[in-house]
Amino acid sequence: MPDLLLDVKGLETTFKTPDGIVHAVNGVSFGLKEGETLGVVGESGCGKSVTMLSVLGLIPSPPGKVKEGTAHFFGRDLLKMTSAEIRQIRGAQIGMVFQDPMTSLNPVLTIGRQLEEPLVVHLGMTRAQARNRAAELLAMVGIPNAKDRLSDYPHQFSGGMRQRVMISMALACSPQLLIADEPTTALDVTIQAQITDLVKRLRSELGMAIIWITHDLGVVAGFAQRVIVMYGGFIIEDSIVNELYVNPTHPYTIGLLGSLPRVDASGHETLTSIEGSPPLLYEKPTHCPFAPRCKWAMERCWKENPPLETVAPDHRVACWVDVKTGRAR
Amino acid sequence: MADNNVLLRVDNLVKHFPIMRGLLQKQVGAVRAVDGVSFELKRGETLGLVGESGCGKSTTGRAVLQLYRPTSGNVHFDGTDLTVIKGEELRAMRRKMQMIFQDPYASLNPRMTVGEIIREPLIVHKVATEAEADERVRQLLELVKLNPSFSTRYPHEFSGGQRQRIGIARALALQPSFIVCDEPISALDVSIQAQVVNLLEELQNEFNLTYLFIAHDLSVVRHISDRVAVMYLGVIVELSTRDELYEHPLHPYSQALLSAVPIPDPVIEKTRQRIILTGDVPSPANPPSGCRFRTRCPIAEAKCAESRPEFREIKPGHFVACFFADRYL
Repeated sequence: MPDLLLDVKGLETTFKTPDGIVHAVNGVSFGLKEGETLGVVGESGCGKSVTMLSVLGLIPSPPGKVKEGTAHFFGRDLLKMTSAEIRQIRGAQIGMVFQDPMTSLNPVLTIGRQLEEPLVVHLGMTRAQARNRAAELLAMVGIPNAKDRLSDYPHQFSGGMRQRVMISMALACSPQLLIADEPTTALDVTIQAQITDLVKRLRSELGMAIIWITHDLGVVAGFAQRVIVMYGGFIIEDSIVNELYVNPTHPYTIGLLGSLPRVDASGHETLTSIEGSPPLLYEKPTHCPFAPRCKWAMERCWKENPPLETVAPDHRVACWVDVKTGRAR
Repeated sequence: MADNNVLLRVDNLVKHFPIMRGLLQKQVGAVRAVDGVSFELKRGETLGLVGESGCGKSTTGRAVLQLYRPTSGNVHFDGTDLTVIKGEELRAMRRKMQMIFQDPYASLNPRMTVGEIIREPLIVHKVATEAEADERVRQLLELVKLNPSFSTRYPHEFSGGQRQRIGIARALALQPSFIVCDEPISALDVSIQAQVVNLLEELQNEFNLTYLFIAHDLSVVRHISDRVAVMYLGVIVELSTRDELYEHPLHPYSQALLSAVPIPDPVIEKTRQRIILTGDVPSPANPPSGCRFRTRCPIAEAKCAESRPEFREIKPGHFVACFFADRYL
């Protein structure tokens, strides 16, 4: 499909651990249009980060292994590229921002050095050109006295400022796609609001597509056009944003939204918790991965893993049960 | 004490940590982590203490329990001033007040079985014989909805949510009347958070427990608290009943904080007005003069730098420390 910027099909990734093989991603397929913002939501261990790291060729091997699947970006399969080829794409056409800006930045190099590097490597700028552009980039993400701060080291910036630096670095080569993995999780809410505000502004200025990985359904609600919910290494629901929050259809998504207290809700009703805990994935599930925690689970749920099926326009769900009636779909 | 219903009264609590420098370890300054905090807690009530990292909320909790000896101020618990007693007298009081910690991985000894962990307070305080303790451990595990047969297992065999239940069982072992919950669910996955919040609420109803619930997640605090105090840089800036504070915040910091919390509803999110604070929280070693919040406050005036606004009761039960709070009435 030529209109897709990123087209991932049947992705499977495993990790070898002392306790056995962990099936982290078990056949994930999704597409992303140019300029689209996609939220990827799920709890720790659901495979949301591993999916994106696999696409970017950043899975350490061993112990990790991308076993199956394709990931076409501008028509070329990222998973078949050599490490030299994919390095040309990472940082240039795909920018990345990770959760912890302190571990993603090199502590012994100035911010200026680190910002100039992709400009020199990917865009072939001279040092002097790169220096000017680096100052522009820092100013773009709202860092005061940008020119002076280029000679500062990462520890001289606060957490929120470091994340701004990371964003400016990810956007240095004007990528078509920005992948952000829990970029605001380590930050306080007022700083989180600053960062999401900044990314929204940059999105409208630069028009890049965004994949925003998070465990917080609230963060992506006002931000993404489409949201994917992951569980046990599968996509279990994929929907345009308005539909997902108004009409959540997978029992896990329903449970997740019900277990979230809301800052705008005055009622003191009991939260609907999901009993049990997420699967450990030492075996690739042959049944629905959520069946052990699902109050609607039927016989079929224990026998076959449901595929993603369209239930409404732009809304796909992997579930055998129609939760509204409690019967098979 | 005048009001018999008040379990805990904190008066002008201060905790400074000295900054030492040089060969002779001379004190050159102090981190003013808690700088004059006052509040009351009624029996069976939950007071939520919210604020961003570094605001002094955890230090307040620890200073209340005398885990840190306060620099000045008084903590009256059940009619006794904890800041003047020590030794055996303080140990006896400690039975009535317990703490639940944030990190369920760090707060349980990995070399002790679950049974040993839960019974330790009983043995230390000599309130039960070995046989009685065994029976009590069984009861406590059932109370927190864990299988009593788990008592011979070690903490690493449990998930984060289960470990937090073990920590709760340990806190309940001595039948306390007051528990400081220091970010008890922040380290847990969303679907597990609701389980622990519901458990804490059930236990409160059953044993008439009084909670000081410390958290940075404003949504959870709104759900669980009767009254809420907002901290900024070592001081409480606003304190009121839950719905009053969330619906009519009067301090500019509370307003910004609440507006920054994402709501899992795309329709509401698109129309919400966010108050984006500029800059970061100043260092508590060198806080701004006058009002602590003035450096980031959207409505600050010259007056705010000169004197510290009084923490006043602006309407019944609603306290705020801001010169201009009347504007929002």
